[in-house]
Amino acid sequence: MDAHIQVRNLNAHYGNSHALKDVNLEIPRGQITVIMGPSGCGKTTLLKTFNRFLELNDDTKLTGQVLIDGQDIYSPGVDVTEIRKRTGLLAQRPFPLPMSIYDNVAYGLRIHSMCKKRELDGKVRHYLESAGLWTEVKDRLHAPASGLSIGQQQRLCLARGLAIEPEILLGDEPTSALDPISAQHIEQRLLELKQEYTIVMVTHILRQARRLADYVIFMYLGEVVEAGPAHEVFEHPKQERTCAYLEGQF
Amino acid sequence: MKRRHIEEKIVKTLMVLSFCLVGGSLGFILITVIVKGLPALTLAMLTQTPKGGFYLGKEGGILNAIVGSLYLAGGGTLIAMIFSLPMALYLQTYGQRSIWSNYVRISLDVLWGIPSIVYGAFGFTIMLALGMRASLLGGILVLALLELPIMTRAMDEVIRLVPRELEQAAYALGATQLESALHVVVRQMLPGIVTAILLAFGRGIGDAASVLFVAGYTDRLPTSLLRPVASLPLAVFFQLGTPFPEVRARAYASALVLTFIILGVSLCSRWISGRLGKFTIK
Repeated sequence: MDAHIQVRNLNAHYGNSHALKDVNLEIPRGQITVIMGPSGCGKTTLLKTFNRFLELNDDTKLTGQVLIDGQDIYSPGVDVTEIRKRTGLLAQRPFPLPMSIYDNVAYGLRIHSMCKKRELDGKVRHYLESAGLWTEVKDRLHAPASGLSIGQQQRLCLARGLAIEPEILLGDEPTSALDPISAQHIEQRLLELKQEYTIVMVTHILRQARRLADYVIFMYLGEVVEAGPAHEVFEHPKQERTCAYLEGQF
Repeated sequence: MKRRHIEEKIVKTLMVLSFCLVGGSLGFILITVIVKGLPALTLAMLTQTPKGGFYLGKEGGILNAIVGSLYLAGGGTLIAMIFSLPMALYLQTYGQRSIWSNYVRISLDVLWGIPSIVYGAFGFTIMLALGMRASLLGGILVLALLELPIMTRAMDEVIRLVPRELEQAAYALGATQLESALHVVVRQMLPGIVTAILLAFGRGIGDAASVLFVAGYTDRLPTSLLRPVASLPLAVFFQLGTPFPEVRARAYASALVLTFIILGVSLCSRWISGRLGKFTIK
């Protein structure tokens, strides 16, 4: 397997609680990897270690390694903004930036000086199209982003995340705040985008995991119980706890 | 009627009463100032400086005090702003978790509570030590000190309301803390920041005690930072203390001008906040 992200002996603590216990993993390139498990099992915590978001919380401690393309993102001297530029994030609830629709997408391009001014219009259009939002907003690009519906806002956040040209897209239950149709929109986009990006998403919706996943990680109480290609884990789980979860026992 | 319904009624009545008290006081003040001051408020009052015998009821106006007050409060607010915004941003973004920022907040709250005459006396002592005279510069600096805690704490409270996720949205795009603070936090809270600035301006322009020693008073228009300057609160104070009814009426007229300036500033701030709030994420 061509591993894009490798996790080695990762342990995370929030104060006294041990949130991740000795996690070892490989996440394949160019596929959708779904992290599933009951709430409180450490899914989101694991996801947050991939873009170094865990350190934004108070009182957290992390040991072990996370390697993206073989580079340890926690080694000293690594520029955290560079890591975050390589990993786009879709949060649980969309939070557009307090600016226009256009500026939301252009923001990342501007702060990283990624393109010339005259190329900006084209890039913004391109990423809004990739996120499936262009036709809905093309006539009001300079209107406030807060005027969009929640579903549109989430697609705007996707466009904004794609614009920084990441290699990896992280999704933290990205459809949980959305209505079913908007959720379907996002799922559709993710399926299209996996050609170009490694996608890692957290979900507690089993059906969503079955629809999207190429590779599955099942977590329980801070441990990785089972990880493998989706069809294997769903059809022939090796662990009893995975079986129990898939059958809906917890 | 059940007890809980009675409680509900009592609390509602209390709320209406307290509103009446606040609204009534404001109305009463405005009416007093208008009734007593409007007749004396002539064009000459607004466009002329005091001529000889002005304080005995002869010709002239309070242009010196109007311009002086705007200079004093404007300068003070500008200087306070230069320090307040970075301080409030620091408290909320960088210093969020440190004990140090708590000490800063406590200090600011104490400073907020200090009577303005103490600021005036403090400024005066320093000016004496430096051999300076009462001047526009002295007044601006003391007003900046007076406004600083108000402005910083008001901004601090406003910035506290920014959702953490919004900052994180910027971090997720690879923004630094500074970029997130300036591009996202300030933009989100611009209406509140403007309100904080104008709140401090209102406090500064209305304060008499702090400028009494340090800015002095003069009948001339301010032309230099190092010369004394007149101010509206002191114009009210001096004119109200005379035995002549015409001059006392002019004191009310001066108070009316001051009230209108503050009213205008408040209305402006509402309008600006509304305009700036267009992009705010709710």
